[in-house]
Amino acid sequence: MAIASKARTHSGLDPYTGTWDEAAVLHLLKRTMFGATVEDLQYFSGKTLNQAVDEILDVDYNPPSPPVNNYDAQMSDPNIVPGQPWVYDYNASLNNHRNSSFKRWWIGKMVGQDRTIREKMVLFWTNHFSTETNVFYWANFAYKQNAMIRANCLKNFKTLVHEISKDPAMLIYLNGYRNTKSAPDENYSRELQELFTLGKGPDSKYTESDVIEAAKVLTGWRINTTNGNVFFDPAQHDTSTKQFSEFYGNKTITGLSGTSGADELIELIDMILLQDEVAKYIARRIYRWFVYYDIDEATEANVIAPMAQIFRNNNYDIKPMMEALFKSEHFFDVANRGAIIKSPIDFLVGFIRMFDIANNNFQHPNNNSKNNIFPGASDYVEQYHMWYLIHYYASLHQQDIMDPPSVAGWPAYYQIPNFHELWINSDTLPNRNEVTDYLTIVGLGYQGFRLQVDTVRFAEKFSSVSDPGAFIDDVLMLMHTVEVSQDQKDYMKSVLLYGQSQDYYWTDDWNDYINDKSSSSKRDAVETRLKLLFKYLMNLAEYQLS
Amino acid sequence: MKRRDFIKGLAPMSLLPFAINGQPIRAYGNILGAASEDFVDTDRVLVLIQMNGGNDGLNTVIPLDQYSQLSAARSNVLIPENKVLGLDGYSETGLHPAMSGMRNMFNDGKVNIVQNVGYPNQNYSHFRSTDIWLTGADWNETLESGWIGRYLSEEWPNYPNGFPNDKMPDPLAIQIGSIVSPVCQGMAVNMGFAISNPNYYYQLLTGDFGDPGNTWAAKELDYVRRIAHQANEYTEAVGAAADKADNISTLYPETSLARQLKIVAQLIAGGLKTRVYVCTIGGFDTHANQVDMTGGNETGAHASLLQNLSDSVNAFQDDITKLGVADRVLGMTFSEFGRRIVSNGSTGTDHGAAAPLFLFGNKVKSGIIGDNPQLPNVPTVNDNLEMETDFRSIYSTILQNWFCLDPQTTNSVILDNFDRLDILNSECQTSSIAKDLNKRAGDTYLINYPNPFSSYTTIRYYSEGGHVQMEIINTEGKRVALLVNDVMPVGEHQINFDAFDLAPGTYYCRYQNQSIHHTRSMIKI
Repeated sequence: MAIASKARTHSGLDPYTGTWDEAAVLHLLKRTMFGATVEDLQYFSGKTLNQAVDEILDVDYNPPSPPVNNYDAQMSDPNIVPGQPWVYDYNASLNNHRNSSFKRWWIGKMVGQDRTIREKMVLFWTNHFSTETNVFYWANFAYKQNAMIRANCLKNFKTLVHEISKDPAMLIYLNGYRNTKSAPDENYSRELQELFTLGKGPDSKYTESDVIEAAKVLTGWRINTTNGNVFFDPAQHDTSTKQFSEFYGNKTITGLSGTSGADELIELIDMILLQDEVAKYIARRIYRWFVYYDIDEATEANVIAPMAQIFRNNNYDIKPMMEALFKSEHFFDVANRGAIIKSPIDFLVGFIRMFDIANNNFQHPNNNSKNNIFPGASDYVEQYHMWYLIHYYASLHQQDIMDPPSVAGWPAYYQIPNFHELWINSDTLPNRNEVTDYLTIVGLGYQGFRLQVDTVRFAEKFSSVSDPGAFIDDVLMLMHTVEVSQDQKDYMKSVLLYGQSQDYYWTDDWNDYINDKSSSSKRDAVETRLKLLFKYLMNLAEYQLS
Repeated sequence: MKRRDFIKGLAPMSLLPFAINGQPIRAYGNILGAASEDFVDTDRVLVLIQMNGGNDGLNTVIPLDQYSQLSAARSNVLIPENKVLGLDGYSETGLHPAMSGMRNMFNDGKVNIVQNVGYPNQNYSHFRSTDIWLTGADWNETLESGWIGRYLSEEWPNYPNGFPNDKMPDPLAIQIGSIVSPVCQGMAVNMGFAISNPNYYYQLLTGDFGDPGNTWAAKELDYVRRIAHQANEYTEAVGAAADKADNISTLYPETSLARQLKIVAQLIAGGLKTRVYVCTIGGFDTHANQVDMTGGNETGAHASLLQNLSDSVNAFQDDITKLGVADRVLGMTFSEFGRRIVSNGSTGTDHGAAAPLFLFGNKVKSGIIGDNPQLPNVPTVNDNLEMETDFRSIYSTILQNWFCLDPQTTNSVILDNFDRLDILNSECQTSSIAKDLNKRAGDTYLINYPNPFSSYTTIRYYSEGGHVQMEIINTEGKRVALLVNDVMPVGEHQINFDAFDLAPGTYYCRYQNQSIHHTRSMIKI
């Protein structure tokens, strides 16, 4: 692999003019959504590249209905009836249940995502502006932040920075709400610059004194914990003049007394966002999340710098930069195809989505215990339980949403030299395999519902299904990004053929099933083999890549 | 010629005038067979406990001689003077009241405290400072490899090729948990093996899937396949060790750190040859509510953390003593920085600089190295504790006096010559034989001679066919020479590397051929 030290590629942001085939469609879908379904592939294959990208970036900003009381059976809620949103009601004794309810709900949003980038952007920004529920505590604040990020996920970065600076979860998480003129707390001031806007790249040269001065600007923000409202308390605000370093052009921010002290925050954010490094840092963060982790000199010059330029030219509107990236020759460059290791959420939500598990509705002809029915919206308690299971597995695989290991978010997006590789180790890889095996072969039952792949229903989505060779090619196209060897394809086919050599050993059995779907033995005959086939496909290292 | 033949083919090289650890290779060859059970100095274990977030050193090891300055600087988080735990022989220094376990260990001669540890030009970012501690970098230098990773590559230069093997059947380093630490990152691969449960085993699909190719996806594919292979191979060894020993101590608290240390004790007693274990405890970023004022500042978040640390370490020491392996184990705590002298308005403390560090075990020299930190009489919010001992002095001491590297090799792993400290009672009757066995364990694809070298060295390598890239990189990972970048036929090849223009120091020869990654350190003198 002669790749370590020469430029990975010299491609840049020029529009992609290569083939817009199924592989290109899937590359776009898997990077901007959580996995891809058969239907997604069909849908976008009927569009041009520009149409597809435009549609994926055309995000619906209407807020989804909030998380509900799914926990009444464990602990009765005095104010919120079961099935109703709890997000504006504050109740400490129910907080753990509600935090769990929030995370389940969020998983549900990802699994039920529409054909836009929204859900991946929401997860991106919550990682960028990292907070932890186990520190800021209130589930209400978790929801509030999530709703704020949803409403701004592809709009304007400066607005996001303003909003997050006055976000109750963030104010608690980085102690902004305890930051006073008598004893300034530097926590938010530092991370605002180091992690949220400027980063720690070689051209980010703010000083320790800038951290201290910005902390003074940020004094006085408080939270009303009975309703989550954030307000400015002039009595706690440092009204002295704040002197910044040469990096900021020796700017001073004049201390303002009374309620106008709150306006210093505007001046501070303006000052920080005036630095060119901000757009570059955010472009790098976007790049590492959506394209690849290694940013060499060529990529910095040909991709990051022009992305940052677009970002600045549009006054920090996020969408134009994303549009240029996703329509670019660089994004579709073969160097970037399949080169990301899936995050646990991408791995699990992508798995659920690809197999369309949330729409499973199989009633076994003569054995109820073999039903495979996923709970719908009316069975919200059971549905929340299914989201819980997915959240549980993602946590086990080291991605507990809204509870990353630190304010820097998940190390996969910043820790040199391994980056995404950190998701996979001798502990998590066996766990990943075990989960997909289990949910394919055995499944988990709950109150008459199941969390399990319906392999037969999935196979029926492929028009090629009765032709084992063509079917395997189509499944591989959807499930993998990297080509597998002919030996492996032969093995996969032998699974469908029961080790025989003639295609009809599969074709006949499949047609028998199609012609008599009420026969459980005919269904079993194809299902057994499909389970083994899909298990094998997901056990291959290729399945870990996106 | 197959690769195995290449390894056999190394034998004639023993006639060449190059040496390993100062031993002529010829002598090395002659005694190789007789000494395979000789592991005198090489069965030692280091247990690292990383305290994430930046531990408040001033409330951990308390300078009683400056109590008035302390109360002036941080009255809202101040530990009451009469509650500070005394240390035998050190009336001016005491421990946080929650640390009775480690105080007793100190008085029993099993703890050494190094005061004011840090590095020049403290960086106040958690992430940058953590990287500095894990990699052993200078404040203004970025390293991609961890100090443990570099040490382990020195000890087992062939890793991961041909590992595990008879000579080293176990993981080189184990991280308890589901992540691997950058501290175990070598120049080519991470040496850390992550386990959260030593009895968990899940068979992964491995096999010969062919050359992954020459794309970026192939790089990741190769990585995932390697992990699958390792997981299958090592999980069995780990499980077997866990079956051989059980924890004996009843002192462990019910905490994550204690659970991690229980696994470490069990695996050491179960006979794993693993050198380094990494455990973590988080939550030390105590900007707010560090103390509980209603409890007179003796309780609160920081007290809970220190109690957890102290009780867990004490239980671990008790356990390994009862298991009969305590003489082989050295423990060390560290955190990315200390905290500010002056507390903030949130009954907490902001990011600071130097802080004390604990070493523990039967073989530490009990006592305190260094003086109490000096606090200003009128401390201001910007004041920080001055560094007195560079953290790399401790690393160097451990490598040289615990793992018995020779001084020059120690310096090349730590990348500079730092003072050694008088903190260990361990002797190094250097068993170069055992060390040489380690050097030969696994499959050799790359070897150079002479090494160290003054102006040029010859590099011999084995190609499995296909594309070969060989480059020389410096300690920062920057390429200084590209020696081979071509399709090379199966077999042995050699190339001369002219380093006349390079500054003296450590360089790495990084070799890639199909899925083989191999890196060797070379020293220019």
